[in-house]
Amino acid sequence: MPEALESRLEVPLLEVRDLRVSFRTERGLLLAVDTISFRVDTREIVGVVGESGSGKTVSLMSVMGLITDPNAVIGGSILYKGRELVGLSQRQLRSVRGSEIAMIFQDPMTALTPVYTIGWQIEEQIRAHLDLPRSKARRRAIELLGEVGIPDPASTVDRFPHELSGGMRQRAFIAMALSCNPSLLIADEPTTALDVTVQAQILELLEKLRRDFGSSIIIVTHDLGVVAEIADRVMVMYAGRIVERVSKRDIFTRPWHPYTWALHDSIPPLEGDKPHRLPSIPGSPPSLTSLPPGCAFAPRCRYRFAKCAERPALESEEGHAAACHLSVDERARFYATRRQEQA
Amino acid sequence: MASLLVRRTAQMLFVMAGISILVFLIFFATPGSDPASRIAGRNASPEVLAAVRHDFGLDRPLPVQYALMMQRLFITHDLTSFVNRGQQVIPEVIEAAPVTLSLVLGAAVFWVVGSIGIGVLAVATRDSVIDRLLMAAGLIGISMPVYWLGEIVNLVTQSRFHDTWLFSWVPPLGYTAFTEDPWLWFKTLLLPWITLAILYIGLYGRVLRANLVEAMQEDYVRTARAKGLSESRILLRHALRTSLIAFVTLFGLDFGALVGGGALLTEVVFGLQGVGKLTYDALRNLDLPVIMATVMYASFFVVFANALVDIAYATLDPRVRLA
Repeated sequence: MPEALESRLEVPLLEVRDLRVSFRTERGLLLAVDTISFRVDTREIVGVVGESGSGKTVSLMSVMGLITDPNAVIGGSILYKGRELVGLSQRQLRSVRGSEIAMIFQDPMTALTPVYTIGWQIEEQIRAHLDLPRSKARRRAIELLGEVGIPDPASTVDRFPHELSGGMRQRAFIAMALSCNPSLLIADEPTTALDVTVQAQILELLEKLRRDFGSSIIIVTHDLGVVAEIADRVMVMYAGRIVERVSKRDIFTRPWHPYTWALHDSIPPLEGDKPHRLPSIPGSPPSLTSLPPGCAFAPRCRYRFAKCAERPALESEEGHAAACHLSVDERARFYATRRQEQA
Repeated sequence: MASLLVRRTAQMLFVMAGISILVFLIFFATPGSDPASRIAGRNASPEVLAAVRHDFGLDRPLPVQYALMMQRLFITHDLTSFVNRGQQVIPEVIEAAPVTLSLVLGAAVFWVVGSIGIGVLAVATRDSVIDRLLMAAGLIGISMPVYWLGEIVNLVTQSRFHDTWLFSWVPPLGYTAFTEDPWLWFKTLLLPWITLAILYIGLYGRVLRANLVEAMQEDYVRTARAKGLSESRILLRHALRTSLIAFVTLFGLDFGALVGGGALLTEVVFGLQGVGKLTYDALRNLDLPVIMATVMYASFFVVFANALVDIAYATLDPRVRLA
């Protein structure tokens, strides 16, 4: 497999190795992200899926060095274009943030400073990284607003965040994130706070960014539909660990982890009768201070057996990885029966 | 803007009318408050009392008395004191107002600059020794009564250490008009300014710190960090700007009240014949015309300061509409 070999030799855009993020609390050390590793290649869109508290946001915030809690302990290695980010000073990180790696947040209303115009905030970011006179920064801001599909960018540039609709605000925010041509864009639930129709437009815009600017994107979501729309590869996180790493095709045709299956079930079917109630996963996510020693999902898993008391490693086969003790055959069989039950 | 002015003016007239009626009723219509017996002195005979009552127009119906007083205050400007007969009231207020305004405006500069400095520095060094020391100092500032602090300042600078190099510049108590000698005006008022400002520096510094700490948790601060901005820029341009709303609200209330006579204790301690002192003396003598005039003046400034606060809101936060 010469192609796979070649991609392995190339330095990935982002490589995270054994990242651990824990917080010192009164009840002991809380392990929010437990030894995760992943990589993002150039022009790749990676989806990170998981429910609240699964560590997806925390792990990406640590990539940006945005965890300011003095009680946070970050271990492992984050290599961006081969450069180690863990342990960099805030000053050194500042030159990466915004210019190399940019971030988009869930709610563009609260994520923009309410008292400044859109243009002011975009110019601020441009001028923080590039030595541009104000007039040029402003022209660039207008240009960017046009590129993200805002009608009449020349007047929008002087509007305040509260004067725009949610979708327009998110577009303006994306324009700001793009202002210094970052190689990597981290989008933390960028569509969650938006109307469904606007969601699709924003996802289209992200797709266009990859096409036109060659950006890589990490998109955090709890919505498998978003993943289906846009991602090349998906990481499923549960209780601070990656439980499955899979291509977009395989996540819908042959997912391996019972947690991923359960996530599938929670999507309403597009065809056939509507179920009376969407199935939910029994139980609740474990508290991070009292994780079971074995598989964290085991207490909620229909397929658990004796071996689940041991913690499963993330084992991969041809690029598809899952942290589950079920054998590949069993996974296929259980998933097939599950599908039949649903139908 | 025009409609704002009209609305504010109407509001001011309404407030002033309400307050004037209230003050008038308190001194004329509450049981036992007979201004005539007060003017006539103790043990005055009924005949004297009746004469006084007639003389001052106190035997006429209350609404007429009120209307007459308002007419003399606002239209003919010849309202005279009950106590010092013939002494016109309005010139007295006009003479006292610049003293109070000088005192309060100068103190306001100190307390705005001082408290913003303290609040920002405390948040920048959050949870460190500096932060704790600043907040403790703020608490001490709030806890010191202004009359006590003023007396201590006087004791040190006017008496005990006046002849040392440190305080020999301190002029004697009193007031010099700015138009007369600006340098002397500054020197006489410097210590009263600081004395009056210390309470507010402590108070506002602590409030601002709390607001800044809250603002630093906001999503837009996280955005600013993700943009690669420096911490000082995030603090000053993003967090401080949005935290000033509460600050300005407090400022409007306190400033209005102080200009309106709330700086009485400072005025008395430093021998400044300001509006607070004027009101206090008038209250002691139940000199109703003077009370009425100073109260009208005070209510004007309270409403005026609030109007300024509204304009400041709209400048600070574009979400507030001036309509």
